[in-house]
Amino acid sequence: MSSCCTPATIEIEVKPRIAGKIHTVALIGPPNSGKTTLFNRLTGLRQKVANYPGVTVEQHYGKMSGIDRGDLTLIDLPGIYSLNSQSEDARVAVEVLHGRMPGAPVPDAVLLVLDSLHLQRQLMLAAPILSLGLPTMVLLNMSDLMAVRGGEVDTLALARELGVPVAKISAARGTGLDAIKHFLDQKSDPIRAAMPKLELPVMGNPRSYRQWATGVSTRTKYKAPLSSEWTRKLDSVLLGRVTGPLFFIAVVFAVFQVVFSIGRPLSDLLQDLLNTSGDKVGVLLGHGWLQSLLIDGVWKGVASVLVFLPQILLLFLFIGILEDSGYLARAALIADRVMRAIGLNGKAFIPLLSAYACAVPAIMATRTIENKRDRFATILVAPFMTCSARLPVYLLIIAAFVPNKPLLGDFFGLQAAVMVGLYVLGFLAALFTARLLKSSILKASSAPFILELPQYRMPTLRSLGLRLIDRGTVFVKQAGTVILSVMLVLWVLGHVPFHADLPQSVIGRVGQFIEPLIKPLGFNWKIGIGLLSSVIAREVIVGTLGNLYGADPATQSLTLKAALHHDLTLGGAMALVVFFAFAMQCTSTLAIVRRETNSWKWPALQFVYMSTLAYLAAFVTNVLITKFF
Amino acid sequence: MAALSELRIGSTGVIEVLRLPDEIQHHLMHMGFMPEARVRAVRRAPAGDPTVYAVDGMEVALRSDTARWISVREIGDE
Repeated sequence: MSSCCTPATIEIEVKPRIAGKIHTVALIGPPNSGKTTLFNRLTGLRQKVANYPGVTVEQHYGKMSGIDRGDLTLIDLPGIYSLNSQSEDARVAVEVLHGRMPGAPVPDAVLLVLDSLHLQRQLMLAAPILSLGLPTMVLLNMSDLMAVRGGEVDTLALARELGVPVAKISAARGTGLDAIKHFLDQKSDPIRAAMPKLELPVMGNPRSYRQWATGVSTRTKYKAPLSSEWTRKLDSVLLGRVTGPLFFIAVVFAVFQVVFSIGRPLSDLLQDLLNTSGDKVGVLLGHGWLQSLLIDGVWKGVASVLVFLPQILLLFLFIGILEDSGYLARAALIADRVMRAIGLNGKAFIPLLSAYACAVPAIMATRTIENKRDRFATILVAPFMTCSARLPVYLLIIAAFVPNKPLLGDFFGLQAAVMVGLYVLGFLAALFTARLLKSSILKASSAPFILELPQYRMPTLRSLGLRLIDRGTVFVKQAGTVILSVMLVLWVLGHVPFHADLPQSVIGRVGQFIEPLIKPLGFNWKIGIGLLSSVIAREVIVGTLGNLYGADPATQSLTLKAALHHDLTLGGAMALVVFFAFAMQCTSTLAIVRRETNSWKWPALQFVYMSTLAYLAAFVTNVLITKFF
Repeated sequence: MAALSELRIGSTGVIEVLRLPDEIQHHLMHMGFMPEARVRAVRRAPAGDPTVYAVDGMEVALRSDTARWISVREIGDE
């Protein structure tokens, strides 16, 4: 069982924790080892996601029904290079493996996934994992690619060296999985579950692990496969001095073209569908407070969030394709120089870009940023990007107040200029905030930018599909629950006392009460009520203002555009769009930020900061415009 | 002996020392940037930085402000 001549080793007595009975299996491996693909294979669609208490690391777990062992729970641990790194990910992995993580079951067995294309380096993780003493199986993933590229390893010799079973698998193709089932079946059998003794390096430093790994890979006749020729060829184009940035820009444009040209009509269609079905059901409920609560309160609120689902899913799909194909790392490499200027790194680029459609997928896409401080900074600035929910408000106000004077011929008028100005404003606010954060509470940590460029791979439909379902569910659940409660509260406030119109309701009174506060911005109480209602989602203000001006006898006969023009000064109107450019009026985003940071502290900070900034900027806008125009 | 960041594109060097804080050094070593390891400078990002290095059959990009603290002995083109 043991190899004779490695000096720095000790013997470890290994006992399975609960002899014979296993319930929980932990899945661990370095980043990019194909761990998630394997997790999806083993669990199928029956997986759950939660956060470990107190940390931002996610806990993925599911029943192993993919290999007919639905009685076993598989926990997916974060991808890590080593166990003794200071990172939160590594700490969580260690705590879970030791059974010390509250809320996570104690694992009875471990599946260690290694990328067989880079086995020698990946083996460095094997030593500390094996020394934990849990029944372990080592899985050499991507063995199909290794064979194609002329790599070899003697798995029997490796199993002898490591003292644990070793199997070649391909998570992408689903081959070799029966070996995992066999291993787990055997571990469930008390008589055969005895473990052999192991010899492992004592010192926990990279150098000793390295020597050990080198020794093991030599003795098991590991021959590293040739690196993929076409990855290199593709990189010479996709990272080329001229072709690289061109392709990058083409990708960005293509993504936006599709998100807006396909996502928008889909959203509109969904909106119509949700509205008509709400109205149909509303008729059945008759006229009363219940109908109003269910249809105007709950249904419309939920609908106003669900309409973003097509865009959000499309973005997730694109981010998924970019990530699975390996291009995301290249995009980060190209964007790093620019992002560095604002104190972030290249990996923040794609998330921030997605935020121009919607901050929700953007914030979830920040998971690829390993550096926690950079990740949080990106999460905090993302909502400043001009998302599509701001457009209805911008379009309404601009159409009502800005004359379309041509500036540069017929193509670029004053209205377009104001619109572009608002986009620029959001971007500048993001820049300023990123700078501010990186020089204060999220001061640049020592962690450098280390970017692994994986080989290009063809994304599989299966993994893209699973990702869409996973992210889509998270959005609907997280945003849904928070929004539903906020919606209910707002509805009650808008209808108490009973039989009162909106202006006489609690919310109407609050709107009027805060009028002195928002008067300096050039807003009246109607806008105040609109702002309060738009806490659900930004575009809700358009509907609220429509109701308010529609109910007012003085403006009843006018269109909303005309009514606003009549009721607001130019200064107030411009202040309103500037307010929307900066303010955090999006419950979905707040809910997702809470989820991703696993604390209410960050969304609270974000809300207060953005609202203050919005107030100040709107005030300055009103004063300046009133003075000069 | 020269800094890794000075390594010409296409040429290979052998790593001698890493002069970085422990934690970063740890991470880099696990990525293959180990003393005695061979590193080849593969290409620079279109903006000139970071640079992609091939080490241990992997391609890893480092910014020059990290790579300059890793010293290498150049052994020419391979």
